[in-house]
Amino acid sequence: MSNLALIAMLLMLMALAYHLGLTRSRAVASHRDVRLHSRPGYYGTLVALWCGLPAFALFLLWSLFAAQLVDTLVVQQLPVDLVASLSDRELQTLMRRIAALADGRGVAGGGSPEELAAAAHMARLETIGQLSLAAVTAVVAVVGLVFARRRISPHWQARNHVERVITIALGASSAIAIFTTIGIVLSMLGEALRFFSFIHPADFFFGTVWNPRFSSAGAGAQGQFGLLPLLWGTLMVSVIALLVAIPVGLMTAIYMAEYASPWLRSVAKPIIEILAGIPTIVYGFFALTVIGPFLSMLGDLVGINIRTTSAMTAGIAMGIMIIPFVSSLSDDIITQVPKSLRDGALGLGATKSETIRQVVLPAALPGIVGAFLLAASRAIGETMIVVLAAGNNPVLHANPFEAVSTITVTIVNQLTGDMDFASPQSLVAFALGLTLFVITLGLNVIALVVVRKYRQQYE
Amino acid sequence: MDTSTHSPSQAPSAATPSVSLGNGESRISRAKDKVKLKAESVDVFYGDTQAIKSIDLDIFENEVLAFIGPSGCGKSTFLRCLNRMNDTIDICRVEGRITLDGKDIYAPERDVVLLRAQVGIVFQKPNPFPKSIYENIAYGPRLHGLAKRKAELDDIVESSLRRAGLWEEVKDRLDKPGTGLSGGQQQRLCIARTVAVSPDVILMDEPCSALDPIATAKVEQLIDELSESYTIVMVTHNMQQAARVADRTAFFHMGDLVEVDSTDNIFTNPQDQRTHDYITGRFG
Repeated sequence: MSNLALIAMLLMLMALAYHLGLTRSRAVASHRDVRLHSRPGYYGTLVALWCGLPAFALFLLWSLFAAQLVDTLVVQQLPVDLVASLSDRELQTLMRRIAALADGRGVAGGGSPEELAAAAHMARLETIGQLSLAAVTAVVAVVGLVFARRRISPHWQARNHVERVITIALGASSAIAIFTTIGIVLSMLGEALRFFSFIHPADFFFGTVWNPRFSSAGAGAQGQFGLLPLLWGTLMVSVIALLVAIPVGLMTAIYMAEYASPWLRSVAKPIIEILAGIPTIVYGFFALTVIGPFLSMLGDLVGINIRTTSAMTAGIAMGIMIIPFVSSLSDDIITQVPKSLRDGALGLGATKSETIRQVVLPAALPGIVGAFLLAASRAIGETMIVVLAAGNNPVLHANPFEAVSTITVTIVNQLTGDMDFASPQSLVAFALGLTLFVITLGLNVIALVVVRKYRQQYE
Repeated sequence: MDTSTHSPSQAPSAATPSVSLGNGESRISRAKDKVKLKAESVDVFYGDTQAIKSIDLDIFENEVLAFIGPSGCGKSTFLRCLNRMNDTIDICRVEGRITLDGKDIYAPERDVVLLRAQVGIVFQKPNPFPKSIYENIAYGPRLHGLAKRKAELDDIVESSLRRAGLWEEVKDRLDKPGTGLSGGQQQRLCIARTVAVSPDVILMDEPCSALDPIATAKVEQLIDELSESYTIVMVTHNMQQAARVADRTAFFHMGDLVEVDSTDNIFTNPQDQRTHDYITGRFG
């Protein structure tokens, strides 16, 4: 019985349990002429939960540990001298081959007799496992059902129990997101620490040269992993992007919030927000094929040498991409400024633009700064546009018309193609990722604090 | 001091003697006869709904005129017509003629910015700007270039705060945010802010409805003092307040101006049955 069929069976049992709980609670209510504590639906739900949850928990536990158990049993079955002669890695390979044979997928060169025997054993174990799992799950489900159904009485506080289960389920869902974040950070941290066992942190954080030779060049060629050129490139591209996005986005927001007619607003706002929905790779080749050549033509006209792929090209494309972030968030915040403040300024004889500049914007400023910071963290983490349009040139220089490289681009470069996760050339990606994470996390925290402070003012 | 507790069954003559008019007698003597603002058959529409129906009203210089009436009767709407605050509402349309010192305020060549400097407004809810106390007052004078030097501006700020009776309370913390003041202080700050641009007329839209009784008493006293130098038009839900501070009172009902007369007459001898019913608490 496959896992899918098992789950389907469980769901059907739960539906049955719900129905039984429902009818049973109604019967109890009518027979004894008493008031039940909860509505019948709650008893039905609770019986279904008693039927489904323990069985499902068992199923999950089994899925987590069954494979390991089977592996252990199969290894025990293998000739002892064979196991002893193999290294850990070779043993893993052997187990993969056996698993492939057991699944009927076959392996290169056919299997040796030992492998075939082991595979047959494994297949047998797995079948037994599946069948016993199905049987045990069904028994647990039915026991849960019967137990819960018998407990139905006017005093059983079904509604409260169901509420508690819902609370736990909601809490567990949010815990998943939190634990995933923690897990990601820890895994990055672990790999980054391995990287720092090769390269001294000072050389990484304060190094001015980025030249990670390929690992194939041999152990002697360690390369130089200076973060600064990448950080500088990231900052340059992001600052250019913000210089594009902040004025345009803010003015868009002011127009949309204060001047546009409801009709124009209803049409224009979704169109602007479409900008945020365009895949970044598309912005990347837009930058490469339109913005870059245009800039370099412009450079020819005024006699400056502008490269097609440069910090400027990537920055402008990225700026266009984050316009909707700035405009949408700022728009919301400007709209939140109470009308009474506008009336106050207008009532003193301020013009509309005076009111906006001198009263509305200062009042909205903390929120708008929050919007800018969120846009900035978005720009710093952006990858595809810079991969295509920034020119991938990790060198420290101050000319925005020259090619640069950023932290994200470098992570892509270090983690594509053949990798050896034991070499600093690959591990550096984790150190870079961690740096990036810390920077954007910092910006987000500042943005959140600023926005929250602003909210307190008007609620 | 209390009109609203009269039982509906009481006859008007029995009801009226208990209405206290405060210093109403002295106020009437102060009312001047020069027309400051004049409304002639003014209609106001919100979209297709007519909120104000053909109102004619003369407002005299240096008087305190109170608008009373049940909610939604159009008194605030009419008040906001007097300095064109209704311009900020897209669907609002004003017809008819309103003149300030004989000049049409809705004339195309009229500058609404200058009009609002001349006819200031104080709102229901105190709305200080999220700036310092000083900057709140200085905002209007700066806007209109009333002060050439810092010292002049300081003078305006001080005299405005003194007029609003707030100077002694805030003189040591002019650089603190205006939003940090108490509700009553905030409202007096808003009045000082309006006074700072030296208007001729001050409109007040239920200036005390968000304040506690003590703060209300202070604002009422302030209105009394300000009426020496300004024409004041106020909307109020509180009939005792109208009785205490207004020279004349206008009763609005369903978009009509039912009756306008000296406050005394409105509360003791209303001519219209609707006015009578309202001031004796039969509806409202």
